[in-house]
Amino acid sequence: MEFEIEYETIESVAGPLVVVGRVGNAAYNEIVRIKMKDGEERLGQVLDTSDKHAVVQVFGPTNGINVSDTSVSFLGETFKAGVSEEMLGRIFDGQGRPIDGGREVPYSKRMDINGEPINPAARGMPSDFIETGISTIDGLNTLVRGQKLPIFSGSGLPHNELAAQITRQARVKDMSEDFAVVFAGIGITYDDSDYFVREFRKTGALKRTVAFINLAGDPSIERILTPRLALTTAEYLAFEKNMHVLVILDDMTNYCEALRELSSAREEVPGRRGYPGYMYTDLASIFERAGIIKGKKGSITQLSIETMPSDDVTHPIIDLTGYITEGQMFLDRGMSNKGIYPPINPTGSLSRLMNFGIGKGKTREDHRGVADQLYGAYSRALEARSLSSIVGAEALSESDRRYLAFGEQFENEFIKQGFNESRTIEETLTIGWKLLSMLPEDELTRIKEEYVKKYYQRK
Amino acid sequence: MGSISRISGPLVIAKDMLGSRMYDVVKVGRSELVGEIIQLKGENAIIQVYEDTTGIRPGEPVVSTAAQLSVELGPGILTKIYDGIQRPLEELIRKSGSFIGKGISATPLDRRKKWIFNPTAKKGEHVSEGAILGYVQETEIIKHYIMVPSGVDGKIKEIKKGSFTIIDTVARIEHKGKEIEVQMMQKRPVRSPAKFRRKFASDEPLVTGQRVVDTFFPVAKGGTAAVPGPFGSGKTVLQQSLAKWSNADIVIYVGCGERGNEMTDVLTEFPELKDPYTGKPLMQRTVLIANTSNMPVAAREASIYTGITIAEYFRDMGYGVAVMADSTSRWAEAMREISARLEEMPGEEGYPAYLPKRLAEYYERSGRVEALSGKTGSVTLIGAVSPTGGDISEPVTQGTLRVAKVFWALDASLAGARHFPSINWLNSYSLYHEALKGWYVKNVNENFVEDRARAMKLLQREAELKDIVQLVGEDALPDSERVLLTIGRMLREDFLRQSAFDEIDAFSSMKKQSLMLRTIMHFADAATEAVLKGVPSDNISSMKVKAEISRMKGVEEKEIESVAKRINDSIDRETAELVKAEEAPIEAKQGKK
Repeated sequence: MEFEIEYETIESVAGPLVVVGRVGNAAYNEIVRIKMKDGEERLGQVLDTSDKHAVVQVFGPTNGINVSDTSVSFLGETFKAGVSEEMLGRIFDGQGRPIDGGREVPYSKRMDINGEPINPAARGMPSDFIETGISTIDGLNTLVRGQKLPIFSGSGLPHNELAAQITRQARVKDMSEDFAVVFAGIGITYDDSDYFVREFRKTGALKRTVAFINLAGDPSIERILTPRLALTTAEYLAFEKNMHVLVILDDMTNYCEALRELSSAREEVPGRRGYPGYMYTDLASIFERAGIIKGKKGSITQLSIETMPSDDVTHPIIDLTGYITEGQMFLDRGMSNKGIYPPINPTGSLSRLMNFGIGKGKTREDHRGVADQLYGAYSRALEARSLSSIVGAEALSESDRRYLAFGEQFENEFIKQGFNESRTIEETLTIGWKLLSMLPEDELTRIKEEYVKKYYQRK
Repeated sequence: MGSISRISGPLVIAKDMLGSRMYDVVKVGRSELVGEIIQLKGENAIIQVYEDTTGIRPGEPVVSTAAQLSVELGPGILTKIYDGIQRPLEELIRKSGSFIGKGISATPLDRRKKWIFNPTAKKGEHVSEGAILGYVQETEIIKHYIMVPSGVDGKIKEIKKGSFTIIDTVARIEHKGKEIEVQMMQKRPVRSPAKFRRKFASDEPLVTGQRVVDTFFPVAKGGTAAVPGPFGSGKTVLQQSLAKWSNADIVIYVGCGERGNEMTDVLTEFPELKDPYTGKPLMQRTVLIANTSNMPVAAREASIYTGITIAEYFRDMGYGVAVMADSTSRWAEAMREISARLEEMPGEEGYPAYLPKRLAEYYERSGRVEALSGKTGSVTLIGAVSPTGGDISEPVTQGTLRVAKVFWALDASLAGARHFPSINWLNSYSLYHEALKGWYVKNVNENFVEDRARAMKLLQREAELKDIVQLVGEDALPDSERVLLTIGRMLREDFLRQSAFDEIDAFSSMKKQSLMLRTIMHFADAATEAVLKGVPSDNISSMKVKAEISRMKGVEEKEIESVAKRINDSIDRETAELVKAEEAPIEAKQGKK
């Protein structure tokens, strides 16, 4: 903008919101600079604008802002962030300022952090199998490039370890292509953030990583920006620099709480549990920024972590996320207590894009059938288990007892594996067949007959 | 012309708008964003904007187009993919690349492409609104009929034959002394239902190839069905299966506020899949509306109206149209968001008080009708509902269930066990059984209705017995009841469960369904009788033929008859052997051991 007027007409300050009077023509979503008397500056964004005043949301604390001598100038553009390949290996705060003590980043361009929706007709179908080396994921809920998959977890469960393990082990067939990791720490503790940075450093992934970190003690409003900065950087790297980008969003529950805080400051009509009615749309504007685009080489795969308040899967944050993402991994406290790592409960977990990434030429011909049969058998095992807890194992039929034994071994040999153990898909399917071979051959009706003949281990 | 006085998200308030009418479409701001007037207060108009309002400012102009939100209809509409306000998404890629830029527009239908118009009406004939003038062979399987536009009534002065664009005049009709030039393209407002002569009840099912649907919970052509289910319960896969395999002539698939990759899936798959009835690519009978969750919320609200208006247009040509709306909850949420910004008094869970009315109005646009052309067509409406937390007592599900006649209750625990489609057979219902009975007797077979009723009873009995087993164990049941558990499991696993991803199993014809059901019921009869004759139920559950029955779903259509016969023979033979072994003298049995 050629001219910049400084308004000293703040009418009110409440929570993260500032109402500026006598403005008249602030653009919707325009960025503003707020200058305190002592020269300190903060950024904000116009949330509501009319011919009388503008409501501004301040990124950062509102302390120090006052009605008499704080000035506000409207910058004439939306929130843009600098992006460049030089950001790889660097660590930024939740507003995109370097905090690793390194030199200034030479940005190659500035992009709107809200992005634009990918035209559905321009999307390519995600179908490249990602081998995570974890049996419950690769075998039962296969991840593909361009997918968005959350880990639904609870306080104290090893979701960070799981995310780190996936980041470390994830492989695709053609490893010659460029990859990058974009990490967004949203309201996480220093310990958690430090854990990831150390993990990335240990495995050498750090120099291919861009990290944005908003710590638990940082202003919560900043959390609205952090995932958007991360995704804008990811879009640049993926769709302009042809990289395969894995974005880790940790923890989206904190993001939603910041959204609720903002909504209540705006005195909006609250939806379920006080979260705003537009939370679905808002979350979609983040999660839908994953995928692949026809004619472009790169891809964005999203792995987000959401801790379920009191392990409640029907909590609005978890519920709305599940409706947007392409499946979920569900961590189970009971399993974790039994010492099973990773405690991914297959029953609640799902990968919607699995079918596009598996089968002949991708994983193996029998993959679909094996996964279905393991699911069927495990759910029968769980039935038998709950039955035996009431009537005792002796009262079970022979067939039920067989499934009961299957269930135990399935949990201990298939689901359970080491933090540093990476299994190939062949190994995963072999374990699967070993377990299925505990069951009578003619009960494997979810698998094509020819594959049963080929892979069933007869004694 | 007015000007903007306030902007809050998708909602814009404009002043100096005196003279504009409710639901008029307006162009907002210098970038001419498309909006619709949804409230008038004095000289102020409240506008919902169908595009992202970022960057527009108070004081910018607002211009009314004096027309309601409409869709363009005519040859070229099939196989297209549109956004919620009928912008052609493939055109938009050409204009703004892979991302949808702001303020871009494109005409929904190609104005330059020429189509061969074949007149069927004659010069001098008296025609009125909705009457058929001729047709264009739009795709290999669909004749696109050209109808007299709304409000026109009179004698045909001229009717042409040959190759025309959709905006060329193909006929001239004398209407109240004036000559009206008729083009192949017409426009219809999306918010009001199209006119028809009369509505009547349907006596024919929409055959979907899904066993649990066609056999147990069928929907009539022109009927309504609701599919509520928590996330991951398979709503979208079911909707897509119905779009792929149902015997509708035209399918309108509305992706309303859902995932982008799901639309990609449909777009990649449909052109390759063959319609089981015509053998032609499915895309030839399909129109897609994609307003994904990250696209503007007001356009999401419009998307399902755009879909149903296109459906009514094809219905008026005499086609059986099926509309899949996935998901109506996202539409309701869009309404809630707009309502909250209007600061309306909220009803239940923040939804506006008019939610049930809007839902009812929408579902009422389905039906089997005699169109103005005299042809009979139908619109079948299948709406997915995404209840928060899977709790079906929430307002959208409840409002839908009051108007929809079929309820497919998707069940998270079934989905968890990978039993798909996860339609719970105990909670679901269809109110069309009586109306469709005649069709089943005539087109499937006489025993079918009876078999179905018996199978349903067996499934219910099985559920009761399973409750008992939970308490006392299976051993405590008499053999006559244990055998029912075997039959119940067979019905669930071998009939109700159907894989949408298996080439053969994805679609079951009515013939295959009835043969499969008959075979299982034959097994049930034979097994029950054998148990009565003293055969232990353990021997029944280890019968060899059971594996064959479970593989019936994978048998190809052309072989199903002979396979069914063979299996039925095996059932007779194996049960006879079991009975014989039981009746044999005890010494002989011991001797064998």
